Amino acid sequence: MEHALVANNLIKKYGHTLALCGLNLEIPKGKIVALLGPNGSGKSTLLKLFAGLIHPTAGEALVLGERAGVKTKSKVAYVPEFNHLYRWQTVEEATRFAMKFFSDLDYELAQKLIAEMQLEPGLKIGSLSKGMHARLKLALALARTAPVLLLDEPLSGIDPQSRRKILTALVDTYRPGEQTIILSTHQVLESEATFDQVLFLQEGELVLWGEADELLREHNSSIEDLFTEIYQ
Amino acid sequence: MPQFDPAIPIYRQIMDEISGQIISGKLKAGGQLPSVRELAQTFQVNPNTIARAYRELEREGIVFTRRGQGTFVSEEEGIFVTLKRERASFFREMSSLGFSRQESLAWAQEFINREGDKNGARIGRQ
Repeated sequence: MEHALVANNLIKKYGHTLALCGLNLEIPKGKIVALLGPNGSGKSTLLKLFAGLIHPTAGEALVLGERAGVKTKSKVAYVPEFNHLYRWQTVEEATRFAMKFFSDLDYELAQKLIAEMQLEPGLKIGSLSKGMHARLKLALALARTAPVLLLDEPLSGIDPQSRRKILTALVDTYRPGEQTIILSTHQVLESEATFDQVLFLQEGELVLWGEADELLREHNSSIEDLFTEIYQ
Repeated sequence: MPQFDPAIPIYRQIMDEISGQIISGKLKAGGQLPSVRELAQTFQVNPNTIARAYRELEREGIVFTRRGQGTFVSEEEGIFVTLKRERASFFREMSSLGFSRQESLAWAQEFINREGDKNGARIGRQ
């Protein structure tokens, strides 16, 4: 099976700080993967490397067999944790603006998702609550047909209703078999029903990785308990 | 959103839910199951998980797939007996309370003598 994402001895340093220390992993096509780990464990760095936004210090990050970079950008939809939309634009303007950058953005799907997320097209980005902003970011990413979707903490710091809407939209639009999704999160229990595989990162190293069902069986404890066990 | 037990794989819990609906008659023999996507939306679960539950149910002979048409409940009589037997956890629960099988049997006999050999559903509703 061709892998969607591969890391070969992937190393990333920021100055003297080692963010990822020689990661090896292969993520098969068509899976939803939860990327778990405490703050500073390298989650965002790994996602940015696969998004081609930063370069590895050593080793390689491959997207559908190619080194992550300019060439793979059209294959990857990446949603950063911070808010990157312009405050002075409306929801509708932000959608049209995103379409200029991403030729794979399906406008009709975006409109449908924005409606499902209960966002008015005429609303100003600057007036959106944190939860609304998170919902809009996700709607714009899910409306893209790119085979790889990387979500950096899509559930953090927002209200439970927004988290639920985001998870619902994720499951509803997900294209099984063809689309590969990685989402980093701390909300293990809430997102558990949405993922197939789990990656546990700690201080830039992969400490545990596998199918969620297999991990349950092997360790005889829930993913939430494993998470607590590993990080405490 | 339905509550899942985090200690049990979700595909297993979905298998149990579907088996339960077959036993209770909510899903009829030969009847069509919802599509993977529909059920994924109902349960708010990854479609891969639903597909796995369907695959396992098919392996156990409880459902079958018609290419291009969908998944259907088996029409074989035998599976309902098997399903019911698997679900009937009386002896398991009695043993967890410390009763031997003989004691459990005696207790069941006493219950039938007292209540009559009626359908269990009636008792449950009282």
